[in-house]
Amino acid sequence: MIKIKDIAKSFDGKMVLEGISGEFEKGKCNLIIGSSGTGKSVLLKCIVGLTPVNAGSVYYDMRNFTDADHDMKAEIRREIGMLFQGGALFDSKTVEKNVMFPLDILTKMKPEEKKERVAFCLKRVGLENAGKKMPSEISGGMKKRVGIARAIVNNPAYLFCDEPNSGLDPQTSILIDELIQDITYEFNTTTLVVTHDMNSVMGMGDNIMYLYKGHKLWEGGKEDITHSGVKELDDFVFANKVMSKMRGK
Amino acid sequence: MIFFDKIGRYFIFLRLLFTNRESFKTYYHLVLEECVSIGLGSLFLVVLVSTFIGAVSTVQTAYNLVSPLIPRYVIAQVVREMTVLELAPTIMALIYAGKVGSSMAGGLGTMRITEQIDAVEVMGINSVSYLVLPKIIASVIMYPLLVIVAGFCSLFGGYLIGAATGIITPPEFIYGVRFIFNDFTIIFALIKSFVFAFLVSSICSYKGFYTKGGALEVGIATTQGVTNSVIAILIADYLLAQLLLA
Repeated sequence: MIKIKDIAKSFDGKMVLEGISGEFEKGKCNLIIGSSGTGKSVLLKCIVGLTPVNAGSVYYDMRNFTDADHDMKAEIRREIGMLFQGGALFDSKTVEKNVMFPLDILTKMKPEEKKERVAFCLKRVGLENAGKKMPSEISGGMKKRVGIARAIVNNPAYLFCDEPNSGLDPQTSILIDELIQDITYEFNTTTLVVTHDMNSVMGMGDNIMYLYKGHKLWEGGKEDITHSGVKELDDFVFANKVMSKMRGK
Repeated sequence: MIFFDKIGRYFIFLRLLFTNRESFKTYYHLVLEECVSIGLGSLFLVVLVSTFIGAVSTVQTAYNLVSPLIPRYVIAQVVREMTVLELAPTIMALIYAGKVGSSMAGGLGTMRITEQIDAVEVMGINSVSYLVLPKIIASVIMYPLLVIVAGFCSLFGGYLIGAATGIITPPEFIYGVRFIFNDFTIIFALIKSFVFAFLVSSICSYKGFYTKGGALEVGIATTQGVTNSVIAILIADYLLAQLLLA
């Protein structure tokens, strides 16, 4: 479980996040949603420690990550897998080498074991035949799947996904969402997904946190999101034509 | 104040290279890869440029030594001193900054804007140390070797052009190259090459590593990296000459 408490972050004096608290449960797809520019990605980066917070704390299974020393932070980070918006694959490495990278650096596994694990992960994301390709030779959707394979190769306890289906067609988006959801339930990870895609919200939102202008306005499950009673959230949810029609019915 | 702020950040960056780094075994392959990329990748350009510089220096020195009282082997002696003291280590460093330094800054800048550096960081790896230290080590190993090659090629270029045009005969050139030779100049050139290699690789890496924004900013960071490296080389060149030769 990940717990955040009173997170605040500003850039050049401008508050981007203020007083954000919440809990993200294990074995569930926890979503952070909101319009563009509301601070979703910043919050995610604050939680993984890529951006230092101005105030507040982040706890990974009761371990205080914010005030931890370097060794403790490194230990926690080794339990984290992250899928970046653009995949963030290393251009100079093949797909196989990209997925193997965390194992090369973080483990003392034998080469055969590493190959086996990489093959398993690539198969899990449906890319068993793409191992020898370079990132420049594969599509955007495949890059995301390689990113997922790299994120799960080291059996992470925490999985973070930053806009996993941005720039993808609707069909591939659904595939990626399903993959993240399946992996979460299969490996019992604490998954945290940042998105503004309503299909993702309705498809995999076990626990949803809605951000608006740097503040948390609502938290709940996908079943409750259509009748939250929060105007800003309603505007966000029913901006989608399909959702709007649903509301009409 | 901004200048001192930037200098301070640069030194913090240098400190990060050595704190909480991975095991030496991790760096071994990375350093070898960088050595091949930096050394072999720059060899052709270094050979080409230094050979022509040597040839042109020979022709221009001969053109300026018009007195019949000055023996012709002096041309080779002058070319040797110019090559060893300045052309091989310093001029090559400027070219090295343009070729290798820009590649380092551009590569790291691209990694930054495509979140590849964040991906390394989020795994609990010291990204500065993992990505930059091998480049600096490889640079400090390979650049002095390139300077030795450049020195040899420059003298060889002078020898060839002297023989081909009749400016100076091969025996005269060899005599001139060996005449009143002070071997400290070689040590001086190597000291300079170590310092320049460190400056180019660390400054360009620093600029690339902290790129913010998009493709345009990568270009700006690359240009700044090369410009700052060139300025640092020229200042270090003067300081080293003052310290070691004066």
